[in-house]
Amino acid sequence: MIRVSNLSAYYDTATGRSMALEDMNLCVPKGGTCAIIGPSGCGKSTLLRILAGIASNYEGEVSIADASVDPEVLSIGFIPQNYGLLPWKTVRDNIRLSWKVKHPESLVPEGEETILARLGIGEELLERFPRELSGGQQQRASLARAFLLQPDVLLMDEPFSALDAITREEMQEVFFELWRAQAVTTVIVTHYVEEALYLGQTVIVLSSAPGHVLSVTENSFFARREDSGEYAAQKARLRGWLTGKGAEA
Amino acid sequence: MKKRILASCLGAAFLFLAWLALSEIVRLPIIPSPVRVVENIGEIFFGTIAVHGAYSLGRIIAGLLLAVGVGLPVGVLMGWSRRADRLLAPLVYLTYPVPKIALLPIVMLLFGLGDGSKTIMLFLILVFQVVIAVRDSIRAIPEEVFYPLASLGAPFRLILLEVLLPASLPKFMTAIRVAMATAISVLFFTETFGTQYGMGYFIMDAWLRVNYLEMYSGIVVLSVMGLFMFGVMDFAERYFCRWQGKM
Repeated sequence: MIRVSNLSAYYDTATGRSMALEDMNLCVPKGGTCAIIGPSGCGKSTLLRILAGIASNYEGEVSIADASVDPEVLSIGFIPQNYGLLPWKTVRDNIRLSWKVKHPESLVPEGEETILARLGIGEELLERFPRELSGGQQQRASLARAFLLQPDVLLMDEPFSALDAITREEMQEVFFELWRAQAVTTVIVTHYVEEALYLGQTVIVLSSAPGHVLSVTENSFFARREDSGEYAAQKARLRGWLTGKGAEA
Repeated sequence: MKKRILASCLGAAFLFLAWLALSEIVRLPIIPSPVRVVENIGEIFFGTIAVHGAYSLGRIIAGLLLAVGVGLPVGVLMGWSRRADRLLAPLVYLTYPVPKIALLPIVMLLFGLGDGSKTIMLFLILVFQVVIAVRDSIRAIPEEVFYPLASLGAPFRLILLEVLLPASLPKFMTAIRVAMATAISVLFFTETFGTQYGMGYFIMDAWLRVNYLEMYSGIVVLSVMGLFMFGVMDFAERYFCRWQGKM
């Protein structure tokens, strides 16, 4: 379970302190998914960095599985916007990197074959460098790297936004398949309402900077590709929050 | 790769022919025929030139190892830590533009006339290039590259091995290549005194003995040594930096 209470994050700039997040509360149950949408610069990525234990410029409480965030103790899968593959490593070495950090004693990760098969990563792809991959293939590699670790939490920053529509849907399915198999607690940051409705059991809308929670929605369209009137209405409601018209939209 | 070798062979053939033509035209002892020079190399290479070549190569390798051994850690430190950079950058920038050959008298006073001062001179030429290349490459790594490792709590040792060193390798190799040309010419100069071994000594000694054939043999061997070193560096760069794509 991820619990965030009264979180405020700030940046020190030349002119003083600038707030990125303000009085933020969040709770993602164990094995659940939470999608966070908000305008650019609202502190979504900052929130992910805090949850990943990378940033420490915050006040308030953040806990994962009832303990403070410690990357050395926890297994945190973090998929940044550009997939975070190291350009000088082959796909195979990239995928094994997170395993290498957490299990320095064993060379070949457990369950590697299953995950690679599930993601459709073949032998030929494993020998390539990231530069030689398409966006979808890079995404597959970064998903493999994250899921191989069987992480306690999975954090994804705009994971599918750079992909074309067809690849995006395909990758979302792939993600679901892996997520169902491992039931990993997941936070996804996105600026697509459709993506939030599809991937988040809970959808949270953040305001523009400094980000604070505008609405929390228990999403009934989770993992459903819908085109009903009800779906359109839900989408419009969330858009309303995003564009500042609030719940009246 | 095959194309490049072919192109090098063509270049060598052209040079050889031009030299041959020139020697036929002027017919002076200061420009002997390349055929005779090659014959001479065949006669004296293993007995004489190889020893001098080995001395020069040994000094270059020693200087290179010393420069990498010092330059790499300093470059990593300056690239990784802002504070270390603030402290060391003025020192580097103050000493970097000084022509290293101007320091030769001081180096000789401190380290003597022998191999020590020759190695130190090579070290001085190479080390600044290494420091600056490594520091700049590490600074240029986008912050996001570190996130996946940082979120796993990776120790610095792993970040160094998996990110910092591979990221700085291409610029590091280029820096060595650029500095190596200067390093060889300075080595030549320093080998003209305080030693009886090395290509510099061999060539200048042949010149003083008015043995132009040997002098030219030395120059040809020195060129081939340079060609060989650049070839090795090219090959290493192609292999280790192949992730960058075609070069």
